[in-house]
Amino acid sequence: MNFEFSAEQEMLKSEVERLLGNHHSFEQREFVSVEGWSSPVWALFAEMGLLGLNVAEENGGVGATPVETMIVMEGIGRHLAHDPFLPSAVLASTALSLARRSKSAARLLKDAAAGRTVLTLAHSERGTRYDLSHVTTTARKTQSGWLIEGSKSLVPYGARANFLVVSARMTGEISARDGIGLFIVPDSAEGLQRREHRLHDGSLSAELAFADVLVPNEDVLDVSGRGFDVIEGAYQVGIAALAAEAVGAMAAALDLTVEYLNVRRQFNVPIATFQSLQHRAAEMLLWLEQARSMALFGTLALVAEDIDQRWPILAAMKVQIGRSARFIGQSAIQLHGGIGMASEYPVGHYFRRLTAIDLLLGDADHHLATLVDAGGLLSAAG
Amino acid sequence: LDLRYTPEQETFRSEVRSFFADTVPLELRRKLLDGRRPDRGEVVQWHQTLNAKGWAVPSWPKAWGGCDWSPIQLMIFQEEQAAAPAPPALPFNVNMIGPVLIAFGSEQQKRRFLPRIANLDDWWCQGFSEPGSGSDLASLSTFARKEGDNYVVNGQKIWTTYAQYADWIFCLVRTSREAKKQAGISFLLIDMKSPGVTVRKIETIDGIHSLNEIFFDDVRVPIDQLVGRENGGWDCAKFLLGNERVCIADVGHTKARLRQIRALAHKTAGGGRRMIEQPLFAQKLAMAEIEAKALEITQFRLLEGGGGAQMAHFPSILKLKGTELQQTVQQLFVDLAGPSALAVAAEGTDCRNSVGPLLNEPDWALTALENYFYGRAATILGGSDEIQKNILSRTMGLS
Repeated sequence: MNFEFSAEQEMLKSEVERLLGNHHSFEQREFVSVEGWSSPVWALFAEMGLLGLNVAEENGGVGATPVETMIVMEGIGRHLAHDPFLPSAVLASTALSLARRSKSAARLLKDAAAGRTVLTLAHSERGTRYDLSHVTTTARKTQSGWLIEGSKSLVPYGARANFLVVSARMTGEISARDGIGLFIVPDSAEGLQRREHRLHDGSLSAELAFADVLVPNEDVLDVSGRGFDVIEGAYQVGIAALAAEAVGAMAAALDLTVEYLNVRRQFNVPIATFQSLQHRAAEMLLWLEQARSMALFGTLALVAEDIDQRWPILAAMKVQIGRSARFIGQSAIQLHGGIGMASEYPVGHYFRRLTAIDLLLGDADHHLATLVDAGGLLSAAG
Repeated sequence: LDLRYTPEQETFRSEVRSFFADTVPLELRRKLLDGRRPDRGEVVQWHQTLNAKGWAVPSWPKAWGGCDWSPIQLMIFQEEQAAAPAPPALPFNVNMIGPVLIAFGSEQQKRRFLPRIANLDDWWCQGFSEPGSGSDLASLSTFARKEGDNYVVNGQKIWTTYAQYADWIFCLVRTSREAKKQAGISFLLIDMKSPGVTVRKIETIDGIHSLNEIFFDDVRVPIDQLVGRENGGWDCAKFLLGNERVCIADVGHTKARLRQIRALAHKTAGGGRRMIEQPLFAQKLAMAEIEAKALEITQFRLLEGGGGAQMAHFPSILKLKGTELQQTVQQLFVDLAGPSALAVAAEGTDCRNSVGPLLNEPDWALTALENYFYGRAATILGGSDEIQKNILSRTMGLS
């Protein structure tokens, strides 16, 4: 057992902190480029190798452990950075790496790691809720490749990404695990329609429609029928990454709150002297440490456990994260009072992102139900 | 970063596990699983078995009988002890007075008391709280005035756990009314057989005798039973309370009881199905498992992180969440038992021999409510929840 970061990981941590601290102050947040995120930061991410953390060395990446992703995501959470790191460098890159090898996949991974291209994973659909195997979009084999027909919903940065990793059903019932294929679709594909919208956390998302989009054979990623395994593996890595982001955002929201309590005066004294406010802040710290412990537990389970063994642990982690995020987010607003409601002040933006994190990749209720069905945590994880 | 145990730690775990499996008397194990409390004789006998093995005071320095185990080994030991289950070492001896004497006692005091503490030849109890001094501990007024080679102690202590079993009591007493209240306190060791010591039982809501009041009327205490310097007792108290906060979490015990609850819930009927199939119960149980796991890792982080100013808030978090989870476990036993928990089992008897046969309820159900009622004390003693939150907010720079 060892709770220390390696020297390299410590260095990564401080570099990420320095980079995001310099470029992602709250005031700079709204001034993002046409891509929808800060391109100087994205370029620096690429330069530092962060976009290749989940890409093997042979494909031009770093081939790092989930701990490195955790470090970056915590920084992203702390600085409320809006960028496609999670969909591109975590979800889609992991999916491409886990899928059967193809030339296109290798090329895309190389370009993504270098920051030349942005990817996203187009998997969720309307009505999917949190059921990972729910896929109604279809893929039909033809002479020249596969034809994709259907729609995808809430695809992060789906209208900005250069390439989409799309799941589509080849065979089987709507929620069957077997029969899901994976395909690479460029943003320029004929028959692809993308409608962009903003989410409540300020990030960009898209609704996608596929009208017989032709995927040539070289862009077919996985038609073995086991595409679900790839999606599952990518989502597991993504859930751990989200947890780390939440920890960073919760820590920042708590820091802001403590600072505000010490500065704000009412009844001629700093409101930090009021015991009911002190106690709520103390509870926030407790919820934060419990969340941090579970984020570590879940992240390291990606290394230590087989894919099936990971679910109870990751579900438990996401429950803790969702509950902690809700308590800390709500408390941060309450302790700030009126100013917490104002968009010009950062704490509300942390609350919005924390709320979104709970609703992404399975909320606390969903994962608690998963854990109950799995027979609880202690039987799975000592 | 790695949360896995090393092969050496796994070997250690199996060594500990098989020792418990071979050594804990079956009757005692049954009693603990049934939620009953072992009596004095059983605790002493078990403690001496442990001491014979060299494992009674593992956290002490080697010179005084300790084991030189790493913090992780200690956690493994406690986890296996709770899983067996075996009675935990008497905290007053092992986690409180022993470490205080090791840190603050004279050589003569160490030689005189430590071996007997380690072997539970002397049962110790804790004389801190007073009727007028609960959370405001430093306001205590039991007074010790010096007369030649003795202190003469007058006053009263309260909420003293197992004073009825105790041979000795370690007390905070006032030796000066001049200074700031913390600076006039001394740490005294008092023989419970001294003339002038009276113990009176406190009836408690759980119906079981564990708490007491103690009265001191002109009790003469030789000055060589002062620990540390006169008026320096507050340092000993702070040291002791810091240890207590960490030990009190007892995550291993919580995990073992949660496993037991899950196993029982598979066998217990409720509303036409098994309790494990009742969604709300199953969710509450799973939620408690998550929080216990998180707390276990929080505790590992403290133990492996080496403390330091960055971690000043951890002990209070362990105390707050640890005791909350103990109470959650007790509530889950009640929820699981339902009306089967209602009947009172007569104190000092085997449940089966009192109301058990008539009601035909399992023993764990018959003890659920008394443990639930008694368990409310956990968030009051050792620095209440509210005191812990005061401490936490100070570590956060709020005041």
